[in-house]
Order: sequence, then structure tokens, then C-alpha cells
Amino acid sequence: MSAETTATDWPLFEVFIRSRSGLEHKHVGSVHAADARMAIEHARDVYTRRQEGVSIWVARSADIVASDPAEADALFEPARDKVYRHPTFYAIPDEVKNL
Amino acid sequence: MYTQALDSHGREPVPAEEAAAAAARFQARIDAEEKIEPKDWMPEAYRQTLIRQISQHAHSEIVGMLPEGNWITRAPTLRRKAVLIAKVQDEGGHGMYLYSAAETLGIERAQMFTQLLSGAAKYSSIFNYPTLTWADVGAIGWLVDGAAIMNQIPICRCSYGPYARAMVRICKEESFHQRQGFEIMLTLARGSAAQRAMAQDALDRWWWPSIMMFGPPDADSRHSAQSMRWKIKRFSNDELRQKFIDVTVPQAQFLELAIPDPLLRWDEALQHFAIGPIDWNEFQAVLKGNGPCNRERLEARRAAYEAGAWVREAAAAHAARQAARGAEVSAA
Ligand SMILES: [Fe+2]
Ligand SMILES: [Fe+2]
Repeated sequence: MSAETTATDWPLFEVFIRSRSGLEHKHVGSVHAADARMAIEHARDVYTRRQEGVSIWVARSADIVASDPAEADALFEPARDKVYRHPTFYAIPDEVKNL
Repeated sequence: MYTQALDSHGREPVPAEEAAAAAARFQARIDAEEKIEPKDWMPEAYRQTLIRQISQHAHSEIVGMLPEGNWITRAPTLRRKAVLIAKVQDEGGHGMYLYSAAETLGIERAQMFTQLLSGAAKYSSIFNYPTLTWADVGAIGWLVDGAAIMNQIPICRCSYGPYARAMVRICKEESFHQRQGFEIMLTLARGSAAQRAMAQDALDRWWWPSIMMFGPPDADSRHSAQSMRWKIKRFSNDELRQKFIDVTVPQAQFLELAIPDPLLRWDEALQHFAIGPIDWNEFQAVLKGNGPCNRERLEARRAAYEAGAWVREAAAAHAARQAARGAEVSAA
């Protein structure tokens, strides 16, 4: 094996695909590419061989900031005791219609 | 996206009782059928097991392009050629989904490539057999993709989220692979005497290697029990092998081709087909690098990697120049 095969990677891009017009873009995976343009082309080849998409977003993985699972409790706890944000919290007599 | 963030994982020393509690919490999540995601805490052994399994799986998809790629220029019709190109491209895509999933565990893609090209990494033993005739393309789709589907469907429910999601994507694409292979076998089986003989010869050569694709018997399978507890694996090697045999034998009967096993019989009591002994020495020899095509497969991968070097360099130079130009424009 030549020294050349001790490879280095192109930057990693996360791939998001809109499957049909009217739907949101959804994360599907990632590709390596030299630049954003190539990332879109690689994403096309890897993730849309059967017309799975009408639009592609790519974002450098290094630019994505994610919440920490260890902090999930602290982060989402404030919503836990606010059941009054749901319509089912309110008791309305059966006779009342259209509410 | 998690590669960099994971660099620090497992570095800080943790007191033993804390580690045991974390492992117990982790197992409880698995038992509750929760999915484990890249940034979640996981035992180091779980991470390493998945890295090994997913990267081997990715390598198998990539090396798996070679035996069939061998027939693209010689496909008998334009339709068969278009189908074969599409199938081989799918296998390349499967490799990419899987490398992407493995990277979420903290290994870099370049490292996995290096492991493959140096011969350090394993891939499925089946791809070290040669494709001698066109019928082999049919037999591979029917048997090899058929066995792969059997293996892969349960992994769609694997406890590790990115692997499970990659497998869902792959399984959706595999069905066409198997059907196009069976269609080739059916066409040959109903063709001239020479075509029937070619189909039979392909089945003779691919049957046992396909049976071996499920791995060593349960009694000798090193990683199985822990993988089952972690819900990386859902069925044992022997269970999956038996399922494959039970669905495939009637398909061979439909083709009116003979399975090359004089001891094959229907076991009325067990309601399964029973087969003769498997030659595990052959399996071990192929795994150790002494199959008919091991050397040729790795040489082909290395040649492709080296021949592509100028493309990678040119693309990197272009990206650097575009970035510099962009910086100039915004500075002006
Ligand atoms: Fe595949
Ligand atoms: Fe396949």
C-alpha cells in the first residue's frame, strides 16, 4: 500500500431532503465533499436515486450545534407541568357544542 | 456530525459503582426498546462492537460491487445492463449510508478506508468468489441478496438509531436486487439446454457460500450473546440460516434446479428443511484471506483509490481557490 492511502477526509456535511413539495426538509444522513456544491451532488447520488427528494439542504456538520442529552431533563422540564397548554385540560359540559 | 464532539468520550476516569449504574441504566433503556442516539452515553464495548459491525457491513457493500461490476460491459441486453448498473450503484450507496452511520460513533471515514485497503478490516466472505458466467449475476441477486435481506431486516430494529435508519433505507432497495436476480435465473432456467446448464452451474457454486453468509454456527459464535442483549442482533446465525433455507428451497424447485446437497430433505416433525454438513473449513479459509479472489478484490479497491487520487486533489484545490476568491470578494 502506498503512503497515499493513509487518507484524510474532505469536510463532513449533514444532508436534509424535502421529499415532496409542501413537506419540510428532513435529516437523512451525511456525505463528505470538498465544498458545498459537491456535497449537494453527492447527496443527490447517495440519497435520491429513486426520486426521494425535490430539494436538498447541506450544512457543514461542524457548524451544527446540538443540545446535550445529559441536559435534556433540565432543558425540557419547564414544559412538563404545564398541562394547561393542552385543550384536554379544560372540562366543558357535553351540551356545549362547537368548542 | 458527532465525530469531533466524541473525541473526549471515555477519557475521564469514572468510579466503578458509577460506571455500573450507568451500564444498568443503559441496559434498561435497551430493554424498554428505546433507541440509542450518537450523543447518548453508551458503554465503550457497545460503541466498539457497533463500529466493527457497521464498518464491516459498509466494506461488504463496497467490495460487493466488484463481482457484479465484472459483468456490466457484458450484460446480454441493454435492459439487463441498465438494471445491473442500477444495482451496483445501490450497493455503493449502501456503503455510503453505513459509513455515515459508523462515523456517528466517532470513527473517521478515512480511517475505515485505510483499514479496508490495508487488509486489516473484514468484509463478507461471499464476495471473494468469482463471477464466471452471466448466470452468476442471477445467482448473486437471488441468493446473496436474498441472504443479505434475511440478515438485514432484523437490523432495521437495532437499538442504535443511525444504524437502524440506514438499514431501513437499505432494505427498501434490496427487494429489487433479489427480484432481478431471480428473473435472470428464471429466464435461463426456461431457456435452451445450455442456458439451463449455466443456471444449474451457478446454483452449484453459490449455494454453499450463500449458506455460510449467516456466519459460524451459534455454538461457535463469539459475539452473539452480548449483541442479542444489546439488541444489535435479534436472531441467531442458525435461526436466520434456517429461515433462508426454508424460503429458498421452494424457489429452486420452482426453477426446477437442483440444490447441490444430496442430504437435503424436508423434516416433517420440525417443519423445516434439513441440510447436509457445512464445510466450515472453507469458510475459515476465505475469512483468513485464502478464498479464490481475496487478493484480487483488495487490489481492485487499492487501484481504484490510487487512480482517484488526482481527482480528490483537484477537487480540494478547486475548493480552496473558490474559498479564497470568496474571501477576496467579501473583503472588497
Ligand atoms: Fe446492499
Ligand atoms: Fe443488494
